[in-house]
Amino acid sequence: MSALEVASGLGLENEDRAIEVASAPTSANGSVKSRPKKKNYKIKDGRLRQSMKRSDEKFRRARAAAKSSELLLQEEAGYLEAEGMEKTYKFNQEELKQSVDITTASKAFDLKLPDFGPYELDYTTNGRKILLGGRKGHIASFDFREGVLDVEFNVNETVRDVKYLHNDQFFAVSQKKYVFIYDKTGAEVHCLKKHIEVTHMEFLRYHFLLATVGNAGWLKYQDTSTGEQVCELRTKLGPSTAMAQNPYNAIIHLGHSNGTVSLWSPNSTTPLVSMLCHKGPVNAVAIDRGGNYMTSAGADGQLKIWDVRMYKEVHAYYTPTPATTLTLSDRGLLGVGWGPHVSVWKDALKVKQKSPYMTHLSPGSAVSDLRFCPFDDILAMGHDNGVSSLIVPGSGEANFDALEANPYETVKQRRETEVQGLLNKLQPEMIALDPNFIGGIDARAPDERKQALRLVTTSETDKIKEENTKLQPKAKTRGKNSALRRYLRKKANNVIDERRLRVQESWEKEKTMRQNYRKQQRGLPVDDTEVGPALSRFGK
Amino acid sequence: MIIKTLSRSSDTYLPARSTEISRVSRNLDPSLHPFERAREYTRALNATKLESVFAAPFVGQLGNGHTDGVYSLAKDFGKINSVASGSGDGTVKFWDLTSRDQHASISAHKGIVKGLTVTLEGNLLSCGMDSTVKLWDVSAPDSSVPLKTFLGSSGFTGVDHHRSRPTFATSSSKVEVWDLNRSKPISDLSWGADNVNTVKFNQSEQSILASTGSDRSIVIHDTRSSSPVQKLVTSMRSNAISWNPMEAFVFAAANEDFNTYLYDMRKLTRSLNVYKNHVAAVMDVDFSPTGQELVTGSYDKTLRIFRVRDGHSRDVYHTKRMQRLFCVKFTMDAKYILSGSDEGNIRVWRSEASSRSGAQSARQRTKLEYDAALKERYKNMPEIRRISRHRHVPSHIKTATDIMKIEIASRERKEENVRRRSKKGSVPYSKEREKHILGVALKE
Repeated sequence: MSALEVASGLGLENEDRAIEVASAPTSANGSVKSRPKKKNYKIKDGRLRQSMKRSDEKFRRARAAAKSSELLLQEEAGYLEAEGMEKTYKFNQEELKQSVDITTASKAFDLKLPDFGPYELDYTTNGRKILLGGRKGHIASFDFREGVLDVEFNVNETVRDVKYLHNDQFFAVSQKKYVFIYDKTGAEVHCLKKHIEVTHMEFLRYHFLLATVGNAGWLKYQDTSTGEQVCELRTKLGPSTAMAQNPYNAIIHLGHSNGTVSLWSPNSTTPLVSMLCHKGPVNAVAIDRGGNYMTSAGADGQLKIWDVRMYKEVHAYYTPTPATTLTLSDRGLLGVGWGPHVSVWKDALKVKQKSPYMTHLSPGSAVSDLRFCPFDDILAMGHDNGVSSLIVPGSGEANFDALEANPYETVKQRRETEVQGLLNKLQPEMIALDPNFIGGIDARAPDERKQALRLVTTSETDKIKEENTKLQPKAKTRGKNSALRRYLRKKANNVIDERRLRVQESWEKEKTMRQNYRKQQRGLPVDDTEVGPALSRFGK
Repeated sequence: MIIKTLSRSSDTYLPARSTEISRVSRNLDPSLHPFERAREYTRALNATKLESVFAAPFVGQLGNGHTDGVYSLAKDFGKINSVASGSGDGTVKFWDLTSRDQHASISAHKGIVKGLTVTLEGNLLSCGMDSTVKLWDVSAPDSSVPLKTFLGSSGFTGVDHHRSRPTFATSSSKVEVWDLNRSKPISDLSWGADNVNTVKFNQSEQSILASTGSDRSIVIHDTRSSSPVQKLVTSMRSNAISWNPMEAFVFAAANEDFNTYLYDMRKLTRSLNVYKNHVAAVMDVDFSPTGQELVTGSYDKTLRIFRVRDGHSRDVYHTKRMQRLFCVKFTMDAKYILSGSDEGNIRVWRSEASSRSGAQSARQRTKLEYDAALKERYKNMPEIRRISRHRHVPSHIKTATDIMKIEIASRERKEENVRRRSKKGSVPYSKEREKHILGVALKE
């Protein structure tokens, strides 16, 4: 993370509290000091020049402040290193448990729940609570560090997915037919009857939108703060097989059974991007925190890493049996579930790795869901026979930002965060591939821009434009050609044969007939001296 | 095996006692703070909305006001909390701004009190249409006998005191300079006009004074040479003048043509800025002590606040009962505005409608500063601009504004038609800042 990125990221928040640090970088030996280059502003307008100078100065100070703020990061991320002939992927969880401290060891648990599996999982954004949903109707929400159970109940019907809403107070469960929202006590708060047979759910926490996709292939967005359904989009690709949200721009990625992954925003009825990723159904999709990389696993046994800025494949891995679930941690660790196996890859996005970072096997129990715990070195695994949590050193973000997600928040802080979150709720119209389009300048021509205001997305404007061009009447002029004339033209002019004469005669005839017809149309007197070979002798 | 896992101690993050504030740890990594623009924009939008929610410009009125219209106000440049007002029935009242109570009331003149000013000792000079200028002792105002009376030849329309010397200037049928210790004027600076409306001393370049005449002129005088220096004639009459306290050579003039103009006295052939928006004659103008803003009171029963660099008003204040305004003043701390109107009330307004003067906690202050920065950053977004610019105005202002818009558009259209049918270049475009100026004359 460069200081520049931080400066642009933190924006105004810190500029007035900027701590001045020496901006002149010192070289390695410390002898040569280079002052920052003085910018030459070639702007004639004095006021503009001054404001440019001022804003540049602000950026410089923000950059310096961001750099100095790195000192505030006090926690250090975890790691696991092998010594000598050891390999990190050979270590099993039992060995790890023995060599870590007792609090970490207590976080690695194994819940044997063979009756209601396989299990789906979800963590709250602060990583404090975990939510389990067993396929056969078992729901449980609990604080796994303290071991305090919030609620546990059975809905007595199929559960396909579970999802926490903005905090641990509410969660959504997609059941046999509808999606239900329960509160912390397990009381049913809402039944979303418009979300039918939902298989995957995502919650966009800054927009307060619950996105669901079901067997019918409709992507639906429900605003959980107002209760209104924002939109429903038809994928036209049958049941979606995978779903993930891009945390950078809140775009929903859907995997389909034809091997494509499509990118959706609530502002477009068609996918923003459609990528052909696999030669078979897409089983799982995961996107990294920065929104730069997407990983997808297909039934073709491939595990591919994509750059979602260019929509290009970076590299491909394979799994011996097709992977069923994927997850990416805050620090970019990739968890892959295939059959009863779990493999965790480190730094696998940018560089192609030879071997996984860690592996795990839950014998006889296929892995159904994997989730990294935010801000902790824990990977939770839902499988046929229950839920296990694994220690994966180095997976969690060490330094949390208490104003975004606080694992140690008090009740008062949670309420405060909820109110702030609702006040600063982002509108669905703000979801776009580039989330920084807000406040920027639209470089399009005014008429184009106005049309885009009506239609929002560019793809649709293009379509309309096409339609408009289609509707424009072509400058059609009546052809003067006829088959007979063409024959006469194509034939050599200097050869007179019988056929040519015949054709010429009938062409002349056709010509006069046409002329007469036109005259008739205009209401002019028609020269009808030609009355046919039999009667013509009576004329004149 | 070398292993380290995240293992935070809750003691570090949770407060030990319930009275303690819990620690807020920060990490400024941008990927932990997604949607920066969108979230900042939303905050800016909320801040803008809250600003108009909290806008409550009217503070109250001073005492029970006057029984007749208020036609003059005077502030003491050395004090923050005292002000004097003069009324149409000849009474002059002193007010305490802190308690908003009447301090004293004198029936000073027979007829309308047109001008008030404060002397160096803090005494008050009042002038009236009864051809007298009277000096009042503010410390013992109940005496109802003036310290001094100056007799003039005709009714006085304005008076202003020199910044550092015991002299003052009056306007009547002529512009005269008086010494406080003499009974006759020491010099006559008139130039042309039959009737002079107002006279104002420059507070920084102290020997310069400006007056406006009924012959639509603004005259700059110099007391050092005891003569007028230059004269500017505009298309309509100017009603009031205010010198910029920060830039000695700049002054604003409130004009009958609904506009206020900002001039540089070194170059009067063009105005520096035109302040529009009023829909009737502007009766008074006053600069903020910071020199960054000016307030105008108009015959259309509203007062408007302008930023010096902008051409349109930042805010407009009105109440149902407030009649035509004749005098407006910024208080010396620039936080409040006083307005005197035809129905006899003196009203106190906040210069920032949504600001509050109570003590603020550090958190509150930080939040306001942050919001102000956000509003500045996103001020050009359409929604924010619309909300921040919107002001509810009485229907008569709204109708008059709409009619004025139509008038201006039709005038422009007509001019454009004439231009289209004339020889190229024969109908030049007139400059908005210059077209009201008829001419400038220099006195040899």
